[in-house]
Amino acid sequence: MAKIIVVTSGKGGVGKTTSAAAIATGLALRGKKTVVIDFDVGLRNLDLIMGCERRVVYDLVNVIQGEAGLNQALIRDKRVDNLHILPASQTRDKDALTSDGVEKILDTLTKDFDYIICDSPAGIERGAQLAMYFADAAVVVTNPEVSSVRDSDRILGLLASKTRRAERNQDAVKEHLLITRYNPSRVDDGDMLNLDDIQEILAIDLLGLIPESEAVLRASNQGIPVTHDAKSDAGQAYTDTVSRLLGEDVPLRFHEFQKKGLLSRMFGGGRR
Amino acid sequence: MKLLDFLRGERKKTASVAKERLQIIVAHQRSQRDQPDYMPMLERELLEVIRRYVKVEQDAINISLDRDDDCSVLELNVTLPRT
Repeated sequence: MAKIIVVTSGKGGVGKTTSAAAIATGLALRGKKTVVIDFDVGLRNLDLIMGCERRVVYDLVNVIQGEAGLNQALIRDKRVDNLHILPASQTRDKDALTSDGVEKILDTLTKDFDYIICDSPAGIERGAQLAMYFADAAVVVTNPEVSSVRDSDRILGLLASKTRRAERNQDAVKEHLLITRYNPSRVDDGDMLNLDDIQEILAIDLLGLIPESEAVLRASNQGIPVTHDAKSDAGQAYTDTVSRLLGEDVPLRFHEFQKKGLLSRMFGGGRR
Repeated sequence: MKLLDFLRGERKKTASVAKERLQIIVAHQRSQRDQPDYMPMLERELLEVIRRYVKVEQDAINISLDRDDDCSVLELNVTLPRT
């Protein structure tokens, strides 16, 4: 039985796809059989972030409509064993995604994988609701910014009521907070919400904290999930996040502002 | 810049403004989380009916739904202006 994890946020542009790709990659690097599914029908991007956009032949909707088998649509990752990608459809209308169809696909995948990561579209419409409906756990991606925090709270409300677990009165979907684009320097200046404030407002467990990092854009430019950039702060922060997802107790990093010393100010800091 | 701020008497940090605003809006969102879908509509129509007879402001009416195990209580509070 695979564990189904939805990566969601409500607000767009906060780093859902980056996080879904990075977490899926991290899990696979830890030897877990992982598949990451793009639920953003019409605006697929996971394939680009994973660097497999030219190998997409069939997609989620093709499988649901019976035009292709699941194995034909699954793309094997070039870099990591144990990692597969199921892309979203680019052209079709959103109604093509049906609850029954998604359930069937997840039921099949759950037999072969340890983890199923569902990359949710932004918003709280059908696509987002379907992405979360079958989840066992949720990673709520939040930026330290008012609209993102507010939307995350809305998503928490949906996770508590509009999921299969909620409807069947099973144990609630496990909610994890992932703060991304965190800038310790601006937090230090008092111009950015700090992580304690965000946790206090949303009142869920902190799974990880990803600093605002140049490595994220470098990674998406190349189509290599940032987890592979083991030297970067963001890459290490995602690796920590994955460890915590696997139940390990890892101390938080990159949340404190390091005042630059004279030497590094003169010669410039190392690569971030 | 920092020194100037200090001399002028520290301006309020924007992050703490953000936190206060979020605490209020999130508390409001949560109070609406478990309410039935018809509540906003019911609220609006009740207000209309009341306004037909008394002049009250939008925020002078407060509706809440409390649910116990076996029954629900719909509470309606209207602050009427002094006549």
